Amino acid sequence: MGRKINYDEKPKKGLGRKAKKQPPPEIPKKLQEQRRGVKKRRADDRKAKAKKIKLKPINDSESEIDENSIASELNMGLDSDDNSIEDKADDLFEGNSLSESEGPDGNGADRNENGKHKSSDSDDDDDDDDENEQDDDASDNDSDDLNDLSLEEASKRLVKKKAKIERQAEEEMQTNILDSERMHLPTAKELRRDQPDLIASRQRVKDILLVLGNFKARCEPGRKRKEYIRLLSKDLCFLYDYNEFLVQKLFDLFGTNVVEFLEANEQSRPLTIRTNTLKTRRRDLAKSLIERGINLEPIGAWSKVGLVITDTQSIPIGATPEYLAGHYMLQGASSFLPVMALAPQESEQILDMCAAPGGKTTYIGQLMKNTGCLVANDVNRDRARAVIGNIHRMGITNCVVSSVDGRKLPGMIKGFDRVLLDAPCSGTGVISKHSEVKSSKDGKDVQRCGHIQRELLLAAIDSCTASSVTGGYIVYSTCSVLVEENECVVQYALKRRNVKIVPTGLPFGNEGFTHFREYHFHPSMKLAMRYYPHLHNMDGFFVCKLKKFSNTIPKPPKEDLPETAEGDNEGEGEEEEMDTENKEAPKKKKKKSNKGMKKST
Amino acid sequence: MRPLTDEESKQFFEKLSKYIGDNVDVLIDRPDGKYCFRLSKDRVYYVRESVMKKAAHFGRPCLLSFGTCFGKFTHSSKFRLYITALDYLAPYAKYKVWLRPGAEQQFLYGNHVLKSGLGRITENTQQYQGVVVYSMKELPLGFGVAAKATADCRRADPMTIVVFHQADIGEFVRNEEELT
Repeated sequence: MGRKINYDEKPKKGLGRKAKKQPPPEIPKKLQEQRRGVKKRRADDRKAKAKKIKLKPINDSESEIDENSIASELNMGLDSDDNSIEDKADDLFEGNSLSESEGPDGNGADRNENGKHKSSDSDDDDDDDDENEQDDDASDNDSDDLNDLSLEEASKRLVKKKAKIERQAEEEMQTNILDSERMHLPTAKELRRDQPDLIASRQRVKDILLVLGNFKARCEPGRKRKEYIRLLSKDLCFLYDYNEFLVQKLFDLFGTNVVEFLEANEQSRPLTIRTNTLKTRRRDLAKSLIERGINLEPIGAWSKVGLVITDTQSIPIGATPEYLAGHYMLQGASSFLPVMALAPQESEQILDMCAAPGGKTTYIGQLMKNTGCLVANDVNRDRARAVIGNIHRMGITNCVVSSVDGRKLPGMIKGFDRVLLDAPCSGTGVISKHSEVKSSKDGKDVQRCGHIQRELLLAAIDSCTASSVTGGYIVYSTCSVLVEENECVVQYALKRRNVKIVPTGLPFGNEGFTHFREYHFHPSMKLAMRYYPHLHNMDGFFVCKLKKFSNTIPKPPKEDLPETAEGDNEGEGEEEEMDTENKEAPKKKKKKSNKGMKKST
Repeated sequence: MRPLTDEESKQFFEKLSKYIGDNVDVLIDRPDGKYCFRLSKDRVYYVRESVMKKAAHFGRPCLLSFGTCFGKFTHSSKFRLYITALDYLAPYAKYKVWLRPGAEQQFLYGNHVLKSGLGRITENTQQYQGVVVYSMKELPLGFGVAAKATADCRRADPMTIVVFHQADIGEFVRNEEELT
C-alpha cells in the first residue's frame, strides 16, 4: 500500500487571487549582481549604510500590522507577519508541502513563521535594492561627481543642461518651419528617383502655382522660372492626360488659372436644347417635356429659345415624340452664339459654309421664318446628309444643301447677304466632349487647321457682297480657345480683304486679345468674343463678326513671313501705306481704316 | 435637276391625292411665292422658285437637297411617299386617325396600328384610304392606309390591324440614310 492520500477538500487559504495587489517588479538576483558590478565603490558603500538604516524599523512595524489585518479578515489562525500576499502564498505552499505528512496547523505555523521571516527579509532587501538601483540609474547619466558636490551646485548644473536641450529643440523646430514654408523644387535626379504619385503631383502643382504667383519672394534661390514651369507642365500632363504641347499653350493662355480650365474640361457641360419656333413655343414645349418627366428650365436671360435640361430621368431626349416632330433640337449653349451674332433677317440670302450636323443652320432657318434662301454646305458628304435630316425634321423649307469644298464656293455662287463660317478647328474648347483632343493635337495639327481656316475665311468673305442692303456681314466662329486659330486667322483676313471687325452684339463673354505674347493684333480685335468652360459653363468658343465694306480685293501684302512678323504694329502701318499707294478705288475707305488704326495705336 | 415629266407627274399627284384629295392645288398656288416640283436623282422636291434658282448653281454631284423632299421614284417607276412630306400632308389631310398614348410608341417603331390602339377615326373612311395618323395631342405622327372602313373598325376585334403603317416620324432616327 502507498501513503494515505487525503481526499478532503482543502479549505481555501489566503486572500484569494484577485485580492492581490501587484507588487513592484522583482529583478532576479543574477542581474542584480551584474548591475552592482558597474557601480563605483563609494556608491556601494553609501548604499550599504542606507540599507542598514532602513531595514530594522520597516520589519517591525509592517509585521505587526499584517498580523492583525490578516487574522481579522481571514481567521486563519496563522501568526503571519509578511509584507505581501504573494510572499504569504509562497510560504503557505512551502509550509503545506512540509506539513503534509505531519498534522495540520500547529507545526506548520511555526515553520511558516520562520519561512516568512526569512522571505520577508529577502524581499525587503530586494525592494530596497530596486529603489536604490533606480536612483542610481538616473544619476548615472549626470556627472559622476554629482554625488560628491553639494546639492546647490548639482541643481544648477541640471538646470543649465535642461536649458541647453530646450534651446537646441527650439532651433530645430525653427529650421523645420522655414524649410516647409519655402517650396523645394525637386531636381531631375530626385524626380527620376521618385515614383509618379497623384497626390504628390497635385500638391506640387499647387505649390508651384503659389510660387509663380510671387516668384521673387517665393522662389528657391538659384532656380529659374523656366524650371518651375517645366515641372508644372509635366505634372499637369500626368494628372490630366494631356500632351506637353497643349499644356504649354493652355498655360500661356490662362496662366495660374490653368488648373480651373483643366478641371472644367473633366466635367461635361449641361445639356441644352433649342426650341423650334416654327412649330412650337418655348412655353408649350417646356410644358409637354415636363409632362413626360423631364426637368428643365430656361437657359438664361440672353436667349428666348434655349432650355437647359437639369434631369432627364433616363428618358432619351433625342427620341421623344416632340423631338421627332421637330419641336426642338439638341444644341450646345455656345452654338447659339454665332447665329445670334449673325442676326439673319427675313428674305435674305444666307450661306452656312460648314453646316454639319445642322444645328446652326436650322437656327438660322427658324430666324428667317422660311423666307429668303439658305444655303448649307459641308465638305463631308455623310455629315451633310445629317443636315438634310435635321432640316426636314425641323420643317425648314427654304434650304439648299450642298457638299462642296468651302474654298471653291465663291466660284460657284456669290452674292450672299450674310455668311456664317463655323470653321473646323482643333477642338480645344470641347475637350469635355472629345477627350482624345487632349493627347492627339500638336503643333502640326494646329498649323494645318489654321491654314484651312484662313482659306475658308477668305472664301467666306468673297461669297458675301458688300453691296447688300441689309447685310454684308460675315461671322467667323470656332470651338477652340487657341489664339493661333482665332485672332491670328481674323488678323490674316483683315489684311487681305476689305473687312472690318464690328461688335457681335452678344450680351456676355470675354473680349478677344489685342496682343498675346509675340502676336499683335488690330485694336478692334477686342470686339471679338471668347468663351471658356470654367467661366461661362459652356464649351470654349470664339466669335467674331466682320463687315465687308468693299467687294474689291486689295493686293496681298508684300511680306510673306509667318504671322508673328506680320503682326507687328510697325509692320501694319507700313503695309497699309504701301497698299494705299497701289490701289485706287478703295483708297478712301482704306485711308479711313488707316486713320482708325493710327488713332487707336 | 429637271421638272417632272407627264407620267411622273401623274403618278405623283395620284399618290398625293390619296391623302389630301383635291387640295393639291393649294400646294402649287401659294400666297407667299411660286412653288414647283423638281426631280433630282429620282427624288421629288417641293421648292419655291427663288430657292430653286439658287440650287441650280450647283452641279448634280454637289447638290444634295433643296426645299422639301416629298418622296422617291423607285426602280420600277412607282412613287413612294416619304415622311418628310408630312408637313404638307397633315394640314390638308381629309381622313385622320388618332392614336391612344400607349399605341404611339408602337407606331413610331414602325408597327401597324391595332384596334386597341385606335382612339378616333374620321367618319366615312373607306378601306385602303390614305390616312394621316395623329396623337391625341394633335401631333402628326405619320401616315398610313386604312385597313378597314370606319364601320368595320367599330366592330373589329381588338387585335386586328386597322391602319397599315406607311411612314412615321420615328424614321428620322431609325432610317436616316434612306431619307437623306
